[in-house]
Amino acid sequence: MAGTPPQGLTMAPRRGRPAVHPGAWWLWALGLATAATRTTNPILLALLIAVSAYVVAARRTCAPWSRSYSAFVRLGLAVLAVRLLFAVVLGSPVPGTHTVLTLPEVPLPHWAQGIRLGGRVTAEGLVFALYDGLKLATLLICVGAANALANPARLLKSLPGALYEAGVAVVVALTFAPHLIADVRRLRAARRLRGRPDRGLRGLLQVGLPVLEGALERSVALAAAMDARGFGRTADVPPAVRRTTTALTLGGLLGVCAGTYGLLTAEGAVYGLPVLLAGLAAALAGLLLGGRRSPRTRYRPDAWGARAWLVAGSGIAAAALLAAAGDPAALRPGVVPLTAPTLPLLPAAALLLGLLPAFVTPTPEEPA
Amino acid sequence: MIRFENVSVTYDGAAEPAVQGVDFEVPEGELVLLVGPSGSGKSTVLGAVSGLVPHFTGGTLRGRVTVAGRDTRTHKPRELADVVGTVGQDPLSHFVTDTVEDELAYGMESLGLAPQIMRRRVEETLDLLGLAALRDRPIATLSGGQQQRVAIGSVLTPHPKVLVLDEPTSALDPAAAEEVLAVLQRLVHDLGTTVLLAEHRLERVVQYADLVALLPAAGARPVLGTPAEVMAVSPVYPPVVALGRLTGWSPLPLTIRDARRRAAPLRDRLANAARIPDSALQRDAPPPPDSALRGDAPPPGGAATRPAVPAPRRFLRRRTVPGAPPSRPTAVVTSLDVRRGGIEALRHVDLTVTPGETVALMGRNGAGKSTLLSALVGLVEPARGSVRVGGAVPHRTAPRELVRRVGLVPQEPRDLLYADTVATECTAADRDAGAALGSCRALVSELLPDVADDTHPRDLSEGQRLALALAVVLTARPPLLLLDEPTRGLDYAAKARLLAVLRGLAADGHAIVLATHDVELAAELAHRVVILADGEVVADGPTAEVVVASPSFAPQVTKVLAPQRWLTVTQVREALSS
Repeated sequence: MAGTPPQGLTMAPRRGRPAVHPGAWWLWALGLATAATRTTNPILLALLIAVSAYVVAARRTCAPWSRSYSAFVRLGLAVLAVRLLFAVVLGSPVPGTHTVLTLPEVPLPHWAQGIRLGGRVTAEGLVFALYDGLKLATLLICVGAANALANPARLLKSLPGALYEAGVAVVVALTFAPHLIADVRRLRAARRLRGRPDRGLRGLLQVGLPVLEGALERSVALAAAMDARGFGRTADVPPAVRRTTTALTLGGLLGVCAGTYGLLTAEGAVYGLPVLLAGLAAALAGLLLGGRRSPRTRYRPDAWGARAWLVAGSGIAAAALLAAAGDPAALRPGVVPLTAPTLPLLPAAALLLGLLPAFVTPTPEEPA
Repeated sequence: MIRFENVSVTYDGAAEPAVQGVDFEVPEGELVLLVGPSGSGKSTVLGAVSGLVPHFTGGTLRGRVTVAGRDTRTHKPRELADVVGTVGQDPLSHFVTDTVEDELAYGMESLGLAPQIMRRRVEETLDLLGLAALRDRPIATLSGGQQQRVAIGSVLTPHPKVLVLDEPTSALDPAAAEEVLAVLQRLVHDLGTTVLLAEHRLERVVQYADLVALLPAAGARPVLGTPAEVMAVSPVYPPVVALGRLTGWSPLPLTIRDARRRAAPLRDRLANAARIPDSALQRDAPPPPDSALRGDAPPPGGAATRPAVPAPRRFLRRRTVPGAPPSRPTAVVTSLDVRRGGIEALRHVDLTVTPGETVALMGRNGAGKSTLLSALVGLVEPARGSVRVGGAVPHRTAPRELVRRVGLVPQEPRDLLYADTVATECTAADRDAGAALGSCRALVSELLPDVADDTHPRDLSEGQRLALALAVVLTARPPLLLLDEPTRGLDYAAKARLLAVLRGLAADGHAIVLATHDVELAAELAHRVVILADGEVVADGPTAEVVVASPSFAPQVTKVLAPQRWLTVTQVREALSS
């Protein structure tokens, strides 16, 4: 697979634009994440993490959001650690015979029946927790990979016009958190200048109010700047169009609800799917029509090209092949009784498909 | 292009209008400079043009403001977006997207311009502002000057007829400020854009203005005139105008070039004056530490630089340790390396500061000035080399102990203030520093005579907040005082008060290190100037030698009177009167 990429894909990317549609990266990452949910085999999960790490290392730019991968890896490790800690302290529902160690058990009153603190820790319980935690961690790491490879704000550009303003609100809210963290750091450092300890919970609490004040002021300043730059300008549309939009959107959403309900209940299986599809179509039409109210245009929208197909396809293919090819025993190695996990060849090969983006996308340019 | 008709603005809850009687017209294609002391309502006037006042800020606007024929009463800011481009004081809070190219396109997208037009204008603007090499860079990774240019570019792409800028050069180093002003001048000359800008640092902008609108005080009626006319009566004026007023030149020179043409007789007079110019520059030598510690000997050069305002000495004199060797340096930095986020922020920096000495750190945005100050106060850990402040290693010293050795007033003084009144802030400062109750309040009373106990720190002006933060830091009487960009947003009067205070502290034996872009401040105050570039010290020497040798760091008086070596108007005035 590491061979020469097909001709025509080796062309240099358009300068300054992401070489691949950000949506493609998200589909790729979601594909890998889906694959992670289909297995608890630690070897396969480790392989998944390695695949995502390789692609991120090879293809991420040096933009600030590219650093999020390591943050997600750390978050994944923390999840794993917490899962193991719970298994040790609270015990595990998995029956086991290999006792690793015995913690002193805390006697609990009878109303807390079913909860156990301390007691026997079995190898089976630990291994089960490890597999489970690793699955969750892999999922998080895949999302981190998408974050590092594709700027979340660029996804906005692909939203239909009617949803644009809601999308901006989400993105502004998302950038709020990193700013808040930077502020907390700065203000805690400033506490040192006042001769107060810059660590500890008390310090964190005392800077709380100034931090919130600062964040609020910044948001207001941003809102003013956006307003002054024409955000939220609306075009005049005839009342008929407005009413049609409302009817289509509301009716469509109702249809989606009814259709879903029909699919889930036994007696509605006949009308469920058609109603759902009709509802979806009406809602989409409403959105498209609603876009007329917004005079926005798009500057250099990202193109969905051959590369995007390959990137998104490789992720989805990896998930599909893994689910299709793996036999359940190899994908979910037994815990009771304990067996050593094996490396099933076909699913592993399927996961390696996820490496494709590292070869078909161009290397990001180093900034001058 | 912009017409104010008897405009007054009263904010909600305020007894007095912020501005009133504003009645003038800005003609098309002119660069108009709005000047005035802090709090005279400059930002309010600017906000009224873009419609943010009163649509966004609240308050009541009486009278009428029209921009390109549109009344701001009936047009919201977003409906004026295609005729007015606004850039606020902090470019960072202006950015909506995160890469340069997207930011330039954002305004046009909102207005719904056709894709081909957007593409063409982005390319033109990238060239016009010299941003082509940065087009795909994330904005967060740009320097202050680059960010300011992106902010200007982002409002230029919709081709507004009017550009409104609030303090566009205050946060910039001298070279970056020149860059931004050159762009503005090009817009006015080549594209006929009307520019209205407010700025405290008049020495940077006044020569570019076609007209000057002066707001003499809060609520006072503005005066519009040619720069020379207005500067003759303005309460705020740059050093070159001060020199012109001192020597009675008429019309007043506004540029170095004009002043130099008239300065030949002045140079002769100064050459014949009792002292040779070099004696006026005795500040070269830091005061001998022992006399400075006694605090009774006049500081060298003090005859020339003594402030008119009495220095707050009584409370600020620090306790001297008996028996300590007087010449021991306050801080020693040896071959210091600091890494920040994978970047070498400082490389092999050596610096020694002795008691009573004032050192100015200068250099580009991002040259490492703030990092050096942070290292001195222990906020960052050295990667290599050592930092000693009063014998202690800052980053290993407990904060409680450290405040007695070194104090830093950060770039944003608000970061130091947590309490909701001045009085509680002061008691907290006394407790933090272990000082006697009331010591901080006494300092505040000296620095800010007319501030009530129950004022909220947020309601103070920029200069007052700086003074409060300074008082809080000084409560622990640190022998070493660090200030990061202390004159940002200060008008000339507030700056003069700050100068007097800092001179008094230096005379009492405090060592002061200040990071600044303000060449006039460095010329007035510093004994020594250290220039940093890319994390390295590229020049370190007496103020007169370093700033005279560098065209971008030389103060205006030096440029006018070169080759004689004068730094400030005060020196010239003293020499002439003696």
